[in-house]
Amino acid sequence: MAQTATVPSAGPTSGVDTIPRRQNLLVQFVKAQPLGFVGFLIILLYFVLAFGAQWISPYDPEAVDFGAMLSGPSREHLFGTDQYGRDVFSRLVYGSRTALGVGILSSLVGCTLGALVGAASGYFGGAIDNIIQAIVDVMLSFPLIVLAMVIVAVLGKQSVFGIDMNLVAAIAIPMIPRMARIARSSTLSIAQLPYIDAARAAGYSHLRIVVRHILPNIIAPYLIMTTAFIAQAILLEASLSFLGLGVTEPTPAWGLMLSGTSADFYKAAPWMIMFPGLAITLAVFAFNLLGDSLRDWLDPKMKG
Amino acid sequence: MIGYILRRLLLVIPTLVGVAVAVFFLIRVMPGDVVVVKLRADGAAVTQDAIDAERKRLGLDKPMVVQFADYMWGLTRLDLGKSLWTGESVGKEIAQRFPVSLQVSIMATIIAVFIAVPLGTLSAVYRDTWVDNLIRVLAVSGLAIPGFWLGMIIILGLLAFFNWLPKIGYVSIFEDPVTNLAALIWPALSVGYRYAAVVTRMMRSALLEVMREDYIRTARAKGVYQKLVVRRHAVRNALLPVVTVIGLEFAFLIGGLVVTEQVFNLNGIGKLFVDAAARGDFTLIQGLVILIATIFVLVNLVVDVLYAFLDPRIRLN
Repeated sequence: MAQTATVPSAGPTSGVDTIPRRQNLLVQFVKAQPLGFVGFLIILLYFVLAFGAQWISPYDPEAVDFGAMLSGPSREHLFGTDQYGRDVFSRLVYGSRTALGVGILSSLVGCTLGALVGAASGYFGGAIDNIIQAIVDVMLSFPLIVLAMVIVAVLGKQSVFGIDMNLVAAIAIPMIPRMARIARSSTLSIAQLPYIDAARAAGYSHLRIVVRHILPNIIAPYLIMTTAFIAQAILLEASLSFLGLGVTEPTPAWGLMLSGTSADFYKAAPWMIMFPGLAITLAVFAFNLLGDSLRDWLDPKMKG
Repeated sequence: MIGYILRRLLLVIPTLVGVAVAVFFLIRVMPGDVVVVKLRADGAAVTQDAIDAERKRLGLDKPMVVQFADYMWGLTRLDLGKSLWTGESVGKEIAQRFPVSLQVSIMATIIAVFIAVPLGTLSAVYRDTWVDNLIRVLAVSGLAIPGFWLGMIIILGLLAFFNWLPKIGYVSIFEDPVTNLAALIWPALSVGYRYAAVVTRMMRSALLEVMREDYIRTARAKGVYQKLVVRRHAVRNALLPVVTVIGLEFAFLIGGLVVTEQVFNLNGIGKLFVDAAARGDFTLIQGLVILIATIFVLVNLVVDVLYAFLDPRIRLN
């Protein structure tokens, strides 16, 4: 809503009155959305932490040291230690792997399935559309975490490559109807356009029309929603882990660092929860910022 | 007006039936096996005999159609079944826990509305000034801060500044209002912050939209003071979408209560839900999900009626 004067159809190339010149996409983005770029930089930092965890973290995140339980921030332990003497900083660094891994994977899965469902619903219309929309409406009457908790309770746990796939499913499934709704409305406006009629007249299959002609046109809302949902997914994973329904000990995860027996110790050792909480907040903040800017940049008409 | 409300009430019934059907299938059709999950959670070795026995006890061995008929028949008599864990009736379990959560929700709503409407207005009126920027940063942070962490920070703050913590254990507001409010204001604040953030953002964008309308320009051209333009012409009209968001967020407060009740050790439905999910108590989960959906449908109804009340044009359609 910050830009009111942008020409809606101009999109990313709306140079105001300069001679149109091919500019690097990133440069364009930085100029148009400086706040979004700040978000991008923070996200980059988290990626560095996640990929370089074994070089950055000074301790093994799961190493227990009963000689150094609950010690405050110091030279040896930058962010202090927890009730098992584990280094909070190292656990935080490794925790970024869990947060980014689960967050990005579940958001991608949820948004991709949602885009497909929504595009099919909008393209075919009629009874298919009505049935899908009825299911979507029911799913939308629950907060994300409620659906996620139900799914966790029904599925249990199942780990693949160190990531709990059922946790990913629990976070991804509630996102499907949210993405489907947006993909459907975008599809409805595209399905009216003459070139879709032309494609149909040319005898192309439904699959080809949806994949080749409709999906490329909903890529902007897809990117925007995926980025915004990563923020939601990180928050959701942290909340579920906090409740003991997500990632399990001893895997380092931010939500887990605030849960369980930590509740008995944090009043005396606030650093145990201060830093993981900040890590969650900053990550969610950064993805929100990037998502908002992408929306303003790619699709000024789209709101929330 | 009354006719409108009655018509809307009638529409609630098919929606609720749809929700009940959806919940039934959501829990049974999912690939996992609730019985296996539950038995594993009990820590016992899972034998096929044990699974069969448990299925029989829960009535899960009956054909799906019979189960569905039993379930729907139960619902018409408001019978949600028995908790798998405690054996108590689900309705009773929920009824015991409901008052705390309801009170926290209402308090959070009051806090959110009293914070968000003025802040959102200020933010829109002083658009792009430092006031606006400050409020927007506060609002965006509200969306990013995890509710459980905020709760812990509030507890740390209470300890640091007052060296005091609310007593554990729930006292009804009708028995001892002071103790009750002293304990519940903190969880209400920690769920209320996010709530306020969402409403502030909506208030700001709705007001900005309204301020561009012709009748605002007319009022200004007539020489009406800025304060009066905002108060009498702009805010009233901007409140419509804000009411929707307040309603939606109220219906979704359970999402915040789930974590906040854990932090503050409140025995509300949020905590009940977490326990039910952790124990795989699917009759209890089923009951809670139906309750949450019912709240959502009813809140939507209230919002629609409020809408018709606030904007007479809507009733005509």
